[in-house]
Amino acid sequence: MKFAYLLAGGCGGCDMAIVDLSEKLVDALEHLEIVFWAPTVADVKYKDLEAMPDKSIDLGFVSGMVRNKENEHLVKVMREKCKILVAYGICAALGGIPGMANLHSKEELFENAYIKCPSADNPDKVLPSPESEVNGYKLTLPELLDFAKPVSAIVEVDYFVGGCPPHHDHVAKIVEAIVSGNLPPKGSWITDGKSVCDYCPRNPALKGKTRDFIKEVKRMHEGKVDEEECLLQQGYLCLGPVTQGDCGALCTKVGIRCAGCGGPIPPTTDFGLRAISAITSLFENEKVAKQALEKYPVFAKLIYRYCLPGSKLGEKADVLKKRAVVKEVL
Amino acid sequence: MNKSIEVEPMTRLEGHGKIAIFLDDKGNVADAFYQIVEFRGYETFVRGMPIEEVPRTVSTICGVCRAVHHTASTKASDGVYGVEPTETAKKIRELFLCAHQVEDHAAILYALGLPDFVVGPEADPAERNIVGVVKKVGAEVVKTILKKRFAAVKVLEMLGGKPIHPVAGLPGGWSKRITEEERKDIEELGKEMVELGKITLQVFEDVVLKNEKYLEMITSDQYRVVVNYMGTVKDGCINYYDGIQTVINTKGEVIDQFTADKYLDHVSERVVPWSYVKMTYLKKLGWKGFVEGEETSLYSVGPLARCNIAPPSTPLAKEAYDVMYDTLKEKPTHFILAYHWARAIELLNAAERIVELAQDKEITSPDVRAELGEVKGEGVGIIEAPRGTLIHHYKTDDKGIVTEANMIVATTHNHAPINLAIKKAAQHFIKNGVVDDKLLNYVEIAYRPYDICQACASHVLPGRDSLEVIIYDSDGEVVRVLRNF
Repeated sequence: MKFAYLLAGGCGGCDMAIVDLSEKLVDALEHLEIVFWAPTVADVKYKDLEAMPDKSIDLGFVSGMVRNKENEHLVKVMREKCKILVAYGICAALGGIPGMANLHSKEELFENAYIKCPSADNPDKVLPSPESEVNGYKLTLPELLDFAKPVSAIVEVDYFVGGCPPHHDHVAKIVEAIVSGNLPPKGSWITDGKSVCDYCPRNPALKGKTRDFIKEVKRMHEGKVDEEECLLQQGYLCLGPVTQGDCGALCTKVGIRCAGCGGPIPPTTDFGLRAISAITSLFENEKVAKQALEKYPVFAKLIYRYCLPGSKLGEKADVLKKRAVVKEVL
Repeated sequence: MNKSIEVEPMTRLEGHGKIAIFLDDKGNVADAFYQIVEFRGYETFVRGMPIEEVPRTVSTICGVCRAVHHTASTKASDGVYGVEPTETAKKIRELFLCAHQVEDHAAILYALGLPDFVVGPEADPAERNIVGVVKKVGAEVVKTILKKRFAAVKVLEMLGGKPIHPVAGLPGGWSKRITEEERKDIEELGKEMVELGKITLQVFEDVVLKNEKYLEMITSDQYRVVVNYMGTVKDGCINYYDGIQTVINTKGEVIDQFTADKYLDHVSERVVPWSYVKMTYLKKLGWKGFVEGEETSLYSVGPLARCNIAPPSTPLAKEAYDVMYDTLKEKPTHFILAYHWARAIELLNAAERIVELAQDKEITSPDVRAELGEVKGEGVGIIEAPRGTLIHHYKTDDKGIVTEANMIVATTHNHAPINLAIKKAAQHFIKNGVVDDKLLNYVEIAYRPYDICQACASHVLPGRDSLEVIIYDSDGEVVRVLRNF
C-alpha cells in the first residue's frame, strides 16, 4: 500500500504520535510503502509528489491546518494523488488550537508580538514585512493568510481523525483498519463512536449512579479534585460527554477536565454548539450559568478551543471577512 | 558565474527555513540571512483564557518539544497565584522534564545529528537519515535504541496524562501523585534510559571520535562561532527545571546572573523586518548587530551552552563531560558541532537524574499541590528545554484571566548565532562565484547542531527542517536556488 504524509500547518505532535508507535511502526511499515513524507524523507521532494500520476497513492494523511498558500497548494496536490485522504488529528480535521487566532485580527497578532511585547527592542515599530531592505539587500517573507482553515475547507476529505494528537494506540487501530480494509463510509470520522465518559472511570453511570445538576462552577485550579468522583459533578467544566473518547480518557484519569481535543461525536458537526447545550443543560439554575460566564469570560476559547475554524462561527468569520473585502473593492 | 535560475513549479514556497546569501563583485559572500518565515500568534490568542488553562494550550506550540511549554507555563502560573509548589511537585515536574530530555535528545541525535557522521557529511541526502543509520549500525541496535527511548515516552504518559501535549501541570503543583507501584516502574525505566545514554556515547565515540577526519571537522574554524552562553545552574551544576539563569562570556567568565522574574532587565529582543522571529541579545551589552568574538552581545543556549557554563550533576555524565573538554582542549568551547556531543552527555545526565528522583522517598508523597495564595497577576517561568532556555511570561487580571503573554524560545536565543554560523559556512564554501554543490549539505551541518525548532520559534515544520538557500549576485539577481525538499 503506497502511503504519503504531509505536515501542513501543524506542530509535529501528530507525527510524533506515529513515531511513538515505536516497534509497532516497524510492523506497520511492512504494509505501507512510504512514497512521500515531507519534510522528513529528504529524497522525495515536493516536485516529485507533483509529478506522480493522479490517484497513484493508496493512502494520504494530512496533519495540521491550512495556514498559508503552500499548505493550500500541497493539500490540493495530496487530494489529486491520493485515493484515500485522511485529515489526521484535530488541526487537520477542524483547525486545532492555533485556529483560535481566527478570533483576532492579523494587526492585533502582529502588534502584540512585535510592538507591545515587553522584551521587544523596537523603537521604530518595525514589523516583519513581505519585502524589506537591509544594507541594500532586498529580502522577502511570505505573507500570513487571514484565517486558519481545516483541510476540508480546501478539498474533499475521505476520513477524519480527532485528537491533539491522536494517542498512539488509536493510531495503531487506524492503521489496522486501513490495512485490513475495514473502513466506515467515506466522510466519516475514524472513531469507535464512544465518548470520553464511556472510558472514564469517574463516570457515575458506570457505577450505577445518576448524574446530579452542577451547583457551582469551578475553574481547574480551584478546590481539591476528588480522585474518583465525576469532574462535572465536582463543578469542573469537563467536555467529556461530547468528545470522542478514542484517547481512553487520558486527561480525566489524571484529574484534569477534558478540553475536547477528540472532536465531536458523530453525527454532531459543530463541537462548540453541542458542548454549550450539553453543559448548560446540567446547570442547576441561571445563577450557575452566570457564574460559568464570569469564570470563563471568553467562553468561545473554552468550547471552541480545538474546533473554531471548522465550526459555524469559524465559517461565518470567513464570510464576513470576504464581504468586507468586497465592500472595500466596491 | 552560473546565471541559470532553477524554476520550481511553485513560485512562492512557504513554511520552511530560508537562507538568503548575497555575493560581492568578486563572487564572494558579502552577507547571509537566515529567515524564519511563519507566524502563529500564541501571545495573543491565550488572552482571555484562565492562566491555569494556558499550560494545556501553549503545549501545542510544538509537538516535538512535547513537555517544555507545558512545564514553563505551569511555573509561570505558580507566580500568578503567588504560590511555591510543594517539594514533591517540584520533583515530579523535574522528573517529567528529564524524561523529555532523554526522549528528545535521543530522537534528535539518531534521526538528525548522527546521520551526518554515521553515513558521512557528503553522502546523498537520501541516505543521510535514520534509514542510513539503520544500514550502518544494524537494525538490532536501532530497535534496542527505539525501545529504550520509548521508556521515556512511558514516563511522560504516566506523569503527564497524555504522552504528547501533557495536561497534569497546575499552579502550585501537579494534578497527579505517584504511587509506589509507579515509582518502581519509573526507576526501572530510568535504568533503561541510563543504558541508552551509555550506548549513545559509545556510538558517538566509535563513529565520530575514532575518525580523525571528523574530529578535524569538529574543530575546524568554519564551524566555530564565538559568542556568550546562557543556561540554568543550580548548586553549581546544570539543572533543567530550576535554578539561576547564568551567562558566561566568550572566555568563560560569569558576566550576568538573574532569576526568572527579572528576565526583562537582562534579555532583549531585536525586531527585524526580514524574519518572523526576533533576535535576542544581552541587555547590559546592548545591541551590536551580528558580530562574534569578545565584543558580541549575542549568546547561545542549548546543550553546549549549558555544558560550557556548568558540569552535569551525575557521576557517569560528569565522566563523559571531562572527556569532551579534554579532547576539545577549549573551555568554553565554541566548536558548534560539539553540540551533538553535549547532547549525548545530557541524555545520560537526565537519565541518571530520573533514577535519582525515582529513588527519592519524597516522590511518592500525596502532597502534590500547595494552597494557592492571592492572585498576584504576573508570573514568569523559565526552564531548560532540550534546545535551550525557554521563558514564559504572563500577566493576568485579579481573577487570573490572561491579559498579556510573552514567550522567548530556545531558537529565538540562537537565531542570531545561527545566522553567524551559516554565514561562516557559506564564506568557506562559496569562493569567486563558484558555488560548491555540497554547499547545502555543509550549511545544513552548520545549523543542525542548534537543532533549530522552527515549530517553537514560529510554529512551522519541526524535525528535519525543509530549507531553501537563495544566492544573489552583486546586482541582486538570483544566481542559484538550492533546496532539500
